[in-house]
Amino acid sequence: MILKLLFRNAFRHRLRTVLTICGICVAILAFGLLRTVISAWYAGVNASSATRLVTRNSISLIFPLPISYKEKIRNVDGVKLVSAGSWFGGFYINEKNFFANFAVESKSYLDLYPEFVIPSDQKSSYLKERKGCVVGVKLAKRFGWKLGDTVVLKGTIYPGNWEFVIKAIYKGRDKNVDESQFFFHWEYLNETVKKLWARRADQVGFYMIGVTSPDIAAVAARNIDKMFNNSFAETLTETEKAFQMGFVSLSQTILTVIELVTMIVIVIIMVVVANTMAMSVRERMNEYAVFKTLGFGGLFLAFLILGESLLITSLGCIMGIILTFPAADAFMGAVGDYFPIFNISTQTIYLDIIASFIVGVVAAIFPVRQAITVPIASGLGRIG
Amino acid sequence: MAPIIEIKNLTKSYRRGNQSIIVLENLSLDIKENDFLALMGPSGSGKSTLLNLIAGLDKADSGSIIVQGIDISLLIETELAKWRADNVGFIFQFYNLIPVLTAFENVELPLILTKLSKKERKEHVFTALKLVGLEDRMDHYPGQLSGGQQQRVAIARAVVTDPAILVADEPTGDLDRVSAQEVLKLMENLCSTIGKTIVMVTHDPRAAKKAGNIMYLDKGVLADDPQTSFQECV
Repeated sequence: MILKLLFRNAFRHRLRTVLTICGICVAILAFGLLRTVISAWYAGVNASSATRLVTRNSISLIFPLPISYKEKIRNVDGVKLVSAGSWFGGFYINEKNFFANFAVESKSYLDLYPEFVIPSDQKSSYLKERKGCVVGVKLAKRFGWKLGDTVVLKGTIYPGNWEFVIKAIYKGRDKNVDESQFFFHWEYLNETVKKLWARRADQVGFYMIGVTSPDIAAVAARNIDKMFNNSFAETLTETEKAFQMGFVSLSQTILTVIELVTMIVIVIIMVVVANTMAMSVRERMNEYAVFKTLGFGGLFLAFLILGESLLITSLGCIMGIILTFPAADAFMGAVGDYFPIFNISTQTIYLDIIASFIVGVVAAIFPVRQAITVPIASGLGRIG
Repeated sequence: MAPIIEIKNLTKSYRRGNQSIIVLENLSLDIKENDFLALMGPSGSGKSTLLNLIAGLDKADSGSIIVQGIDISLLIETELAKWRADNVGFIFQFYNLIPVLTAFENVELPLILTKLSKKERKEHVFTALKLVGLEDRMDHYPGQLSGGQQQRVAIARAVVTDPAILVADEPTGDLDRVSAQEVLKLMENLCSTIGKTIVMVTHDPRAAKKAGNIMYLDKGVLADDPQTSFQECV
């Protein structure tokens, strides 16, 4: 009967309760989406491996490194695999069709990235084809590309029309793998560069390095950089995670603002629920006095009020979580080009639940205190 | 017969801002078992405060209230709550039923604090509702009942735990004459046939007349001559 009473109390003022639930639902929806945006920003960081290092020019990423460094890096203790690549910076048809595209040393690159899952026949077909390229399944879907299609990218760093044949389509091994990348053979790029811009030939933008164990990553990075000290192209080697974090830190202010907004959303909804609970308790003060008169204690009243508050916030939370999925799909449809990975993580769902629980509890604290501490005679309103 | 309630030198005051207002002053009173006592007096005379103190809803500044041998002024809040649940039934002027619970559920409410099984609770509730003649309205919500019926449900709630004492604060104050008569007759029966001790605060001389005993309170003290005071009140 107590649960029945709790439920009926929650819906005594249906309009008020429904509006409060809607408010919580919108807040949880906003909270969930904003958290997902933050997660999307960190997707590259989260997807990085502890056994991969990135070596780039110590001045800036836009300055290249000679391809001759590759063999030297390979001889450093703890280095298992070395691959090289360059940011190509091309676009498809027009500049609005932006996506990540790289020229890479294909064999070693695919060995370093086992999370790019490619059927073996497609992989061997790609490795044999000079103009072959690999595209992510999301990217292929976006432009309606199929295996065997010829794709022309317009180069910005390397001007001209570049023709590629789609030889493989990869899928991500995990949900956090970016499935919208495009990569092709660095040798194909270098051959053309040699012909057209000879001074830019035999250079790469970065080296991807596989180490035998995460424990030796720091030492290996130091040894690599030491090797090229005082050379014409000094290097900066860091873990893949640190390298990705470098990009994230460029937008740190935006991320801080988004995180602040998520907190504000929660505080606002906390005030809304607290107001609802305070109104409900004030209206029912007489009833709580009756309960106390009949012998019910403070714990019972706390259970009734806290339970009602948690019931309202839970309903709002459930609705909010359910709506977050279609909202995230719609959001992805609108700005998917900027966020290749936009998945609602389990952690975000847990944060939704924790946030609504905290809101429910905090909103009930003062009403509970008020109901428990008011003297029965005052609650009954009959001093005289 | 030994009194069921012994009140000795009771004083109670309230603070309003910096002022202390004495509501009851050095009041002593004995109430016998199976008595139907009406407390009368003008507004602000302290009768509701006295009722609250007898029922263990409020604490006195000084003095003692001994009910069935227990000095309730010495009990702490949790003990007092348990004592109220076991010994006192309450009837209020505005019924104070829980609007989202049916008549049955309202009457069942005090039994939740007992160790009775669900089946036993149901039997007790049915008996109590039958006693007040509302067994056919047990599924109705308070809003679906008349004022008189609501007060009868409140009486059923008050007696369902079989307490020795019933306290009633203006039980007919919000009722029409016919309903008031029905409620008073019911209370009279509870006293005469079931042996409950009833303490009732009322402004209504007709209601007071139904009680076997009338006491008149004025400015926190009991009148020396209740009969004259009653005549004045009428």
